[in-house]
Amino acid sequence: MEERIEIRLSGSGGQGLILAGIILAEAAILDGKNAVQSQSYGPEARGGASRAEVVISSREIDYPKVTRPQILLALTDEAFHKFKDNMAEDGIIILDSSIKKVDTSNKIIQLPIIETARKDIGKSMVANIVAVGVITELTKVVSRQAAEKAILNRVPKGTEDLNIRAFYAGCSLVENLS
Amino acid sequence: MRKNLEKYYRIDKLPHIWCPGCGNGIITGALVRAIDNLKLDKDKICIVSGIGCSSRAPGYLNFNTLHTTHGRALAFATGIKLARPELKVIVLTGDGDCAAIGGNHFIHACRRNIDITTIVFNNSIYGMTSGQYSPLTPVGAYATTAPYGNIDRNFDLCKLAEAAGATYVARGTVYHVPQLIKYIEKALLHKGFSVVETISTCPTYFGRKNKLGSPVKMMEMLRDNTVSAKAAERMSKEELASKIVIGEFAEINAPEYTEEYMKIIKRAQREE
Amino acid sequence: MSSMPRLMQGNEACVEGAIAAGMRFYAGYPITPSTEIAELAAEKLPKVGGKFIQMEDEIASMGAVIGASLAGLKAMTATSGPGFSLKQENIGFACLTEVPCVIVNVQRGGPSTGQPTLPAQGDVMQARWGTHGDHPIIVLSPSYVREVFDLTVRAFNLSEKYRVPCILLMDEVVGHLREKVQLPDPSSLKIINRKKPDLSKISNYNPYQDYDGDGIPPMVNFGEGVPYHVTGLIHDITGFPSTKPEVTEYLITRLMRKIYNNIDDIVEYEKHFTEDAETVIVSFGSPARSAIRAVKILRSEGENVGLIRLKTIWPFPRKAFRELPLTVKNIIVAEMNFGQLIETVEAACEGKFNIVGLNKYNGELMSPDEVVAKVREVSKNA
Repeated sequence: MEERIEIRLSGSGGQGLILAGIILAEAAILDGKNAVQSQSYGPEARGGASRAEVVISSREIDYPKVTRPQILLALTDEAFHKFKDNMAEDGIIILDSSIKKVDTSNKIIQLPIIETARKDIGKSMVANIVAVGVITELTKVVSRQAAEKAILNRVPKGTEDLNIRAFYAGCSLVENLS
Repeated sequence: MRKNLEKYYRIDKLPHIWCPGCGNGIITGALVRAIDNLKLDKDKICIVSGIGCSSRAPGYLNFNTLHTTHGRALAFATGIKLARPELKVIVLTGDGDCAAIGGNHFIHACRRNIDITTIVFNNSIYGMTSGQYSPLTPVGAYATTAPYGNIDRNFDLCKLAEAAGATYVARGTVYHVPQLIKYIEKALLHKGFSVVETISTCPTYFGRKNKLGSPVKMMEMLRDNTVSAKAAERMSKEELASKIVIGEFAEINAPEYTEEYMKIIKRAQREE
Repeated sequence: MSSMPRLMQGNEACVEGAIAAGMRFYAGYPITPSTEIAELAAEKLPKVGGKFIQMEDEIASMGAVIGASLAGLKAMTATSGPGFSLKQENIGFACLTEVPCVIVNVQRGGPSTGQPTLPAQGDVMQARWGTHGDHPIIVLSPSYVREVFDLTVRAFNLSEKYRVPCILLMDEVVGHLREKVQLPDPSSLKIINRKKPDLSKISNYNPYQDYDGDGIPPMVNFGEGVPYHVTGLIHDITGFPSTKPEVTEYLITRLMRKIYNNIDDIVEYEKHFTEDAETVIVSFGSPARSAIRAVKILRSEGENVGLIRLKTIWPFPRKAFRELPLTVKNIIVAEMNFGQLIETVEAACEGKFNIVGLNKYNGELMSPDEVVAKVREVSKNA
């Protein structure tokens, strides 16, 4: 039917996945597309399982939830195991290097997202923005320019440089793959 | 009734529903006299009540009047006052309405120090439902739901109000009317949350259940059983056990809620 | 000018709509999943000179809203299941005393504490009959974030026009969903304010007199120089209590008729592909979006399926079912509960169709696949 991309960002509470989802959705809007973002969360503000979901489409988005994502980001082992089996056939899984890979029929791209944030940028907090860079560069669901603008609109004042560096570090992780 | 006070009443709604010997009319009269003495703008007064005998008073008074749900008068009054701070908002409530079902609203209104005057008609019993004990019924007293004597310890409502943050707190009785009028006047002039607890008489239920005799006898008890706050300071706990302490317990200047909110509006608009 | 398209949460759209409609007072108590409404009201109201207060509980919030509305401000509160239960007595007070106000219920799983972070539509009947006694009420239910804005404006308009509490019955999905939204130019919105009496023509204003013959008494706000009495007791046109049978019957009849005589003005629904449908899905709120997708999938496969999406739930749009063509055999009522609105649909259809429920009450929004499967099952059995 219509072109519709479903993205699921998963990990634990406090990793900033909802913000990452919002940034991807806002970037898609800046690209002139439709987007919705939703989330699922437990009672904990920190820790626990957390996920954010984004649907991007050039048409009107009726059903707003993600059922079989084309893109899954998993930052924790728990999240990976929970969601790996509910994927679109041609879907790709973006896995943090800290997670032990297991067999799935989907393509897996494993990258040191959390480590890049901690070592290269110096703040593990920005792993979510590194992930946005990875998703942007790898899947082109949103344009680089839109993603950069969306990040600048959303991150706290004074952290713009840090976050833009995190974003490009994420892009570089993908560029270095090929 | 003094002719010049008639304008404050809805004469066509009289006679009232209260029993002969009930103190509620005296409190209502004291409020009207206080308003008249202060020459307050009648149209800018809003009187709010809950449910119970006391809460029927606004129906007889010729102001903006609101007879709400049981215990919730202060919640409605808070909405009115915050929406229109220029209104003088008065809450008339009973011991059950204020201290039981409305207890939470009462302590939070005290805490906010919103400029509302609350007059508590304390007749120590639920009169409207014919004689059940309230949180202000003394220990040992009888009620239809305390046929073997009340074991619930009663609140000292003035202490409760003061501890919760009310900035004017006084207690009077329906026997000491000139003093009551003075307290209500001071409460009405006070900027902040003011409470005037008024010990009233319910000969029909509290009096009968506790064999207190005629309405006149109950009035005489109020006369003989009260001590001033000043005198109480010099008395022992035992001496005070059966006494009602009347007087002013708190008169404090503190930031008033609606004025503080106006500052919030200024701040929010400056930051815009 | 309409604003730039942006990502907006349903709960935020509710506050934007409320302020655009003229809300200048909010009282509330924090409860998931409605809390963002309170937080945004606290931030935005003082900027437009409005007032926000966090009350000590849900009961007090409802009381404060009614007080503020009587004092002349358009007022709203927002809550979810447990808080909605607590507000009910005072909602009834607003129904009887005809005080305009808007109550938002972002539905979560119940009963009791239930599932605070998960969606449900279990309050359909409580929204209609949650408070005691015969009473009128209007209940609207949005499916999209933009529609949250539109229906919040409409909730204020209907509440002001008919002097009745209006409930915006959202669910966790639409409350927390962020979606691309372009808000309309505020000056393009039709805003309705409560009708006031012409006091130059009325010598002795009666607050509950039906001066215009439309069942809606014109309203003076407290502090506008015409003191009057408001009570939660059954009252006559002067506003004072009465136990007379004829006064009682007149008041209840007028309260009900002012809504039911204007049902065409109040009721809103959308029909999709019903003109040749064999099976029609009925839905509202978020599940209606699953249903729309299911209808698109099934239509692309040649199935004659249609949808009625209700935007007004109460008063119930019976008309939508009278209008259905003769091709219709089956009705599927898709709702996130054990089966609530289906009983009213059955009554409205008067035995004409095979009516089946599609009920999801596990904390998840039903998927389009589940709707598709139900339609196939029903068409096969028919």
